[in-house]
Amino acid sequence: MNLIILRRRIANGVALCLSAMATLFGLFWLVWILWTTVSKGAAALKPRLFTQMTPPPGSDGGLLNAFYGSFVMIVMAVALATPVGVLAAIWLAEFARGNRIGAVIRFINDILLSAPSIVIGLFVYELVVRPQGHFSGYAGALALAIILLPVIVRTSDEALRLVPAPMREAGLALGLPHWRVTSKVLMRAASAGIITGLLLGIARISGETAPLLFTALNNQYWSADPKAPLANVPVVIFQYALSPYDRWQSLAWAGALVVTVFVLLLGIAARLLFKQRSTR
Amino acid sequence: MSATDDVRPFARVLTRASEMRARRLESGAAGDRIFKLLTGAMAYLVLILLAAAAFSMFWGGRLAFSTFGWKFLYSAQWDPVARQFGALVPIYGTVVSSFIAIALAVPMSFGIAIFLTEIAPGWLRGPIGTAIELLAAIPSIIYGMWGLFVFVPFMSLHVEPWLNDKLGPSPIIGPLFTGPPIGIGMLTAGIILGIMILPFITAVMRDVFMAVPDALRESAVSLGATTWETVGRVSLPYTRTAVVGAIFLGLGRALGETMAVTFVLGNAHEFTKSLLMPGNSIAAAIANEFTEADSPIYLSSLIALGFLLFIVTFIVLAGAKILLLRIGRLEGERA
Repeated sequence: MNLIILRRRIANGVALCLSAMATLFGLFWLVWILWTTVSKGAAALKPRLFTQMTPPPGSDGGLLNAFYGSFVMIVMAVALATPVGVLAAIWLAEFARGNRIGAVIRFINDILLSAPSIVIGLFVYELVVRPQGHFSGYAGALALAIILLPVIVRTSDEALRLVPAPMREAGLALGLPHWRVTSKVLMRAASAGIITGLLLGIARISGETAPLLFTALNNQYWSADPKAPLANVPVVIFQYALSPYDRWQSLAWAGALVVTVFVLLLGIAARLLFKQRSTR
Repeated sequence: MSATDDVRPFARVLTRASEMRARRLESGAAGDRIFKLLTGAMAYLVLILLAAAAFSMFWGGRLAFSTFGWKFLYSAQWDPVARQFGALVPIYGTVVSSFIAIALAVPMSFGIAIFLTEIAPGWLRGPIGTAIELLAAIPSIIYGMWGLFVFVPFMSLHVEPWLNDKLGPSPIIGPLFTGPPIGIGMLTAGIILGIMILPFITAVMRDVFMAVPDALRESAVSLGATTWETVGRVSLPYTRTAVVGAIFLGLGRALGETMAVTFVLGNAHEFTKSLLMPGNSIAAAIANEFTEADSPIYLSSLIALGFLLFIVTFIVLAGAKILLLRIGRLEGERA
């Protein structure tokens, strides 16, 4: 009898030890990857990163045009995906609760959320780049917007559904039309959740590389014209990292550090916002 | 503030007809109809996007499908010069690297989920949960760079020579572990993919373990079950469907992951059994070769690859969603 209990206790101890080790194992990779990015990136971080253009092989330069291009494309993607996504979420949360087509759209949206981003790039290539005959910043922004859209739909839908029903009923009882209740009352109550989703979405698209390879491509020179190929940080990192030139590789590390810090800061901001809302 | 306040001053200056229209809008009927139509159209746009994406890739790949037929799926010949394209090597690489990723990530995620729900004291759960989620926030290109510059040399110096020595001579699995220890290849890609999908599987497992009703777990504990027995015989059977759903979700992510594997796979088109030799995957082949595709059939073959990837990930992710929905409904009924 005692032997059986002992065996069970030992099995328990071993299993719990293993799960603690699994956790350490997971954290180990995080620390390793972040440490590599910080140490290699910090060594290459110089003020000219933000003031000079991407250089030809063998000379010094910065990533100014890439930062600018990424910024422009992210802003365009947000401007495109936010209204569409929020309106779609309003329909799901207000008009399609518990009905079949609403469930189908949520289902498809969740699949789009995890769909491979490279496939979205191919889609935009077929849709925009091939008919136009050239790569462009607009195409890159559209690809990013399609990746951002499901994130916004999902988080806005959840935030709107969390708004207590009495708020909605109070507005309607005053005789307000549904659209005014939504825009004046519900949107305000759900705004923290929607902004959280937007921040997470921006974090996701600012590191996306694969869909930009066939849409925005890259541009070695300063270009503010979104109708032409547009430089952007992820593709520059990709090309420079795989190049044989030391200076290009160190620029790639500097870019990688900036992108990682930006993405993690956005993630932390989103988390703080979420916490503030849920404790209130 | 009531809604009429900000409309009245405008309405006063408007003509009679438009005043009435403004009132009607204000009273809601027309405004609400437009509102419902507009938001509904945007929601349907999500459906249209998915269908359009599938169709556009099928359309782009039709030349490859009509030229090679089913041979496209099982031919290992990928020759841009002879314009012969078969997708066996990329398909094989995608499947094998995803399988390695799942084999690594599932037990790890299970352990972390147990740690977070059963072992860790309350104050530690938040920070460790967040840290694991950070793994999902790191852009995949960072994984790729780290993989190429740090992890590949590590594998080539420390892990692969050992695998060559210990496992290379074994009878059945031996051929998997022979070959020059260059670090680049399916094994390295699979491990990196495993780390990348770990946070997704962990998050779902942790959430479903948390959702096991306390009464069930307490009854097991009251019968004298250890923590491990409670997890293995109560929590896990109760959440089985959702756990499988979580694994499918991870698999869907692993299949389509592009940048990280592009860096470390080596873009080879020769078929090889060894996990230590350079290989390829669907996503990596598209990323590497798309801008170099110089003939319509080459381009079409790459888009056809994208179509295959899209269909397969769609099926896997839909399966994951269905499995996860079922547990949600179960909880809803019991709550």
